[in-house]
Amino acid sequence: MEDLDQFRSEVREWLEANCPESQRQPITAAEQFWGGRRAKFPSEDARLWYERMRDKGWIVPEWPAEYGGGGLSDQQGKIIKDEMKRINARTPVYGIGIWMLGPAILEYGNEQQKQQHIRAIINAETRWAQGYSEPGAGSDLASLQCKAEDMGDHFLVNGSKIWTTNADKCDWIFCLVRTDPEAKKQEGISFLLIDMDTPGISTTPIELISGESEFCQTFFDNVKVPKENLVGELNKGWSVAKALLVHERKLMAEMGSDSPRKIVVPNEAAHKYLEFEDGRIADAQLRSDLADYNMQMHAIALTHFRTFEEKTSGVRSAAPLVMKYLGTEAEKVKSELLLAIMGSRGLGWEGEGFEQDELDTLRLWAMSKAFTIAGGSSEIQLNVIAKSVLELPQNKEK
Amino acid sequence: MPLVLNEEQRLLQDTAREFLDSNAPVEALRKLRDQRDPLGYAPDLWQQMAELGWASIILPEQYGGLEFGFLGLGVVLEEAGRTLAASPLFASAVVGASAILLGGNQQQKEALLPAIAGGELTIALALEESHHHRPTQIRSTVMKEGDGFVVSGEKTFVLDGHSADKLIVVTRSAGAERDSAGLTLLLVDREAEGVSVQRTLMADSRNAANIRFDNVQVAADALIGEAGRAWPVLEQVLDRGRVAMAAEMMGLALEAFERTVAYLKEREQFGAPIGSFQALQHRAAQMQAEIELCRSVLLQALTAVDETPEQLPILASLAKTRLNELVKLVTNEAVQMHGGIGVTDELEIGFFLKRARVAIQIFGDSGFHKDRYATLCGY
Repeated sequence: MEDLDQFRSEVREWLEANCPESQRQPITAAEQFWGGRRAKFPSEDARLWYERMRDKGWIVPEWPAEYGGGGLSDQQGKIIKDEMKRINARTPVYGIGIWMLGPAILEYGNEQQKQQHIRAIINAETRWAQGYSEPGAGSDLASLQCKAEDMGDHFLVNGSKIWTTNADKCDWIFCLVRTDPEAKKQEGISFLLIDMDTPGISTTPIELISGESEFCQTFFDNVKVPKENLVGELNKGWSVAKALLVHERKLMAEMGSDSPRKIVVPNEAAHKYLEFEDGRIADAQLRSDLADYNMQMHAIALTHFRTFEEKTSGVRSAAPLVMKYLGTEAEKVKSELLLAIMGSRGLGWEGEGFEQDELDTLRLWAMSKAFTIAGGSSEIQLNVIAKSVLELPQNKEK
Repeated sequence: MPLVLNEEQRLLQDTAREFLDSNAPVEALRKLRDQRDPLGYAPDLWQQMAELGWASIILPEQYGGLEFGFLGLGVVLEEAGRTLAASPLFASAVVGASAILLGGNQQQKEALLPAIAGGELTIALALEESHHHRPTQIRSTVMKEGDGFVVSGEKTFVLDGHSADKLIVVTRSAGAERDSAGLTLLLVDREAEGVSVQRTLMADSRNAANIRFDNVQVAADALIGEAGRAWPVLEQVLDRGRVAMAAEMMGLALEAFERTVAYLKEREQFGAPIGSFQALQHRAAQMQAEIELCRSVLLQALTAVDETPEQLPILASLAKTRLNELVKLVTNEAVQMHGGIGVTDELEIGFFLKRARVAIQIFGDSGFHKDRYATLCGY
């Protein structure tokens, strides 16, 4: 305990001295740095802040130092996060390389893959895309058809992947591919790393109800992928995929609580947009809805804290498995609540007559509809809870 | 403030479960109900519980207490909730004892707490005057007379009111009907002249009473705390009671839920266990998610009583609201998922359903606590 207290004060001191003032302000989408070959820092301070954190080993404090991580414990990592949050420090670099692929490579990758990819993620040299879903394989992910044929010295990949987030801006993509068409669904799948500069790959953005085009479809037409890009064993990619999904779901569960984003929060919106009488919101329904939402977020925050405490004390519980479902459903509730609180001011699409915050709130509301679909829909999450936690008998058709 | 139980607390949980399973199963409550037991609980069971130290869990050692804290109490109450064990544990050892501990003077504490800790004395709180929890809506009066006081008024939903040896009566000595200022606590013997007790048979087969105080004379030392300034103490006592009741409700919900999940695995229709149907799986999974949230909220609220009392009001309201909602959901689903057998008296699920409804009304329903939470949040 004492050592951790000492560590905390060192972290606090270092952040105080090294985090530029401009990097302690809520961040907008345009100010986020995602790394990669074509990435530019949004500002000189953002570059400085990233480089200091990288040199300190704190981009991912818990990863082994030999690959560029900090070599620190989970508890130390949490202290760094807590202290960053305390001063509203921005996340220096974003990316699913950090959140999802890195942990999977550290668990399943070989030495060469760790040396190459973990370091490149920390150094913000590669931006990663995820190639899981296909047009015909959404919730039923294991029915995927994108195939990789063994051509002796390489794999030949043909097919397509959908909902490849920001794939048009990414350098590499990790894909689930079918390597044994004869085997049962989950058993013929492998996990491949593919450089997106390889000939035969093309990507098309998809316009969403939010007006954005974050999601893409990526096509593979006779793409040659070196054999050494296989992670884990051939036809055993489903285990890697599942491990990675755990990280994705954890990430999505916590998305309401990551680094300070410049977004409207319901409590502040209530004070700005609603009438009060004697210190109370006059609209009884909205007051009640806001209390429900705040209680839910309060309970979710305490449960995140509990899961961390349980992990460090080696206690197993069902809590981690319910958090993706709860967290993403709560984000949708939040967006609906904000729209209700803002009335017609929350309905502006673009242009004059609205504040930027108001326009952003509407776009985020539209975007939030994807949260309970991506990374395993809420219905799939409930299936997982029913099967893994409650051990209910499985329907034969599944 | 880790939200996990320590080794000692886990041991206490095992002991409590084992003891209650064999000594106070749901059948015991059924028997008390069917026999219209005059006391409403088994005194020898209560004596055994006291010997295990449960009546003294939250009390300091100097008063014969175990000083095990609210997390320890929560563990025992949760297990008691699983078997719906009827005893004065909540009304006397938590609520009554907390009122004396937080509001009483040295003499009162020394005289009363060791007796409560030993299970020899039971004390109930006579608070409510309407059919909803309105802790400041007090019309009962107290007036000085000679060296002592005279108490008058009518109370309802007094938990263990017909069996407790003494009653802590919430009265008004000043102020208007809904003011929190002007409240006064007095300790009155249940058998004192002018006290009339009407036992009310409630849905949960547990104890409650309507009590009338007709110019009841008490001595000067019956005053607990300062006259007219009882609210800060009473509010703390109620918050402790809310968190403790939430712990009991957690056990109730878990037991009803686990019995239901077991039934989903066992009951077959259309040639398959009904638990293989997604319509039921998803509802069960949603309950599991709610249980996880309630678990964290409850642990934090129990911890707050001993470690961060300044956070207790908001956490007590959060815990009581969420557990109210949980027991309502789980007991309703438990009946529905059991199908026809779920509405029979033979199946014990009905006892959980009924206890849940009474527990929801104890010290504030969800409407009360949501309003309080919103007010504490500044809107």
